[in-house]
Amino acid sequence: MWKWLHPYAKTERAYQLCTTLQPYFWVGAITCLIVGTLWGLLFAPQDYQQGDSFRIIYIHVPSAILSMSTYMAMAVAALVGIVWQWKTAYMTMIAMAPVGAVMTFIALFTGAAWGKPMWGAWWVWDARLTTELILLFLYIGVMALYSAFEDKQQAGKAAGVMAMVGSINVPIIHYSVEWWNTLHQGATISKFDNPSIAPEMLWPLLVNLLGFALFIAAVTVVRLRNEIILREQQRPWVQALAAEKLGGSDAV
Amino acid sequence: MQFDSLDAFLAMGGYGFYVWLSFGVCFVSMLILAVVSKTRHKQLLAQVLIEKERQARIKTARAGQKRTPSAPPLSNPSVKE
Repeated sequence: MWKWLHPYAKTERAYQLCTTLQPYFWVGAITCLIVGTLWGLLFAPQDYQQGDSFRIIYIHVPSAILSMSTYMAMAVAALVGIVWQWKTAYMTMIAMAPVGAVMTFIALFTGAAWGKPMWGAWWVWDARLTTELILLFLYIGVMALYSAFEDKQQAGKAAGVMAMVGSINVPIIHYSVEWWNTLHQGATISKFDNPSIAPEMLWPLLVNLLGFALFIAAVTVVRLRNEIILREQQRPWVQALAAEKLGGSDAV
Repeated sequence: MQFDSLDAFLAMGGYGFYVWLSFGVCFVSMLILAVVSKTRHKQLLAQVLIEKERQARIKTARAGQKRTPSAPPLSNPSVKE
């Protein structure tokens, strides 16, 4: 496995892999998001208590779950970067951070817009909400720390340590609804043996979950390519690529 | 289909504002993220080309200087007196 994995530490191979994967991620993401969202909005039955407001679940739950998964993926990338000194690992880490931050923002915003009609308040300092807000600050912290260093290898190390330390927040978010008395309802789909949701409601949710995951993958891949170009712009292969992509006005 | 008419669909059983606000903000922010990331890609490639041409110009300028190494500096007013 190591022999197979190792070439991808080279930026050129990683770039090629990103280019290959990108179209599949985009097509999959857009298809799943359209199907899941239309299914959830139009065909899923009403909730007996919450009426049609529960349809926010189809974007709230995927973005919330994946804001945590993206954070864990980012922390793993940071660990790989620190242990094996892979440049591409730090690049992957920093490519994921803004995507995760947007997911966290969506989870917080849709949660607020769902909380207003259901709880009567846009925001409460509840355990689940507060820890999710801390997650947003952690993402912003990782990005800020990375941009604060001129030497990007140093920047990767510093931001990587922060990403890894911050990962302690993720299980706290997950179990916050069990450990503390919160206004937020308990987990809906993470108990797969006995999900507390009807199958007609669950399926569009799973489709949208897949759609959000593929969207995150697609944007991460785009941003990773950007990061590789930025960091390797002195390399001949990057310059050849730029010349090829932007047309032949540069016969220097 | 859960809704009888377009109006009923837009009203979302009285929760229209909250539902459409959530979906709107969600997809607009995802769209912005995707577009910004894609646009940055093109900007970076253009930047790489500009930098490459600059390096090439520096190289030719240096080569031009080397061709006439014997010529002394043309004017150095502080030393002339």
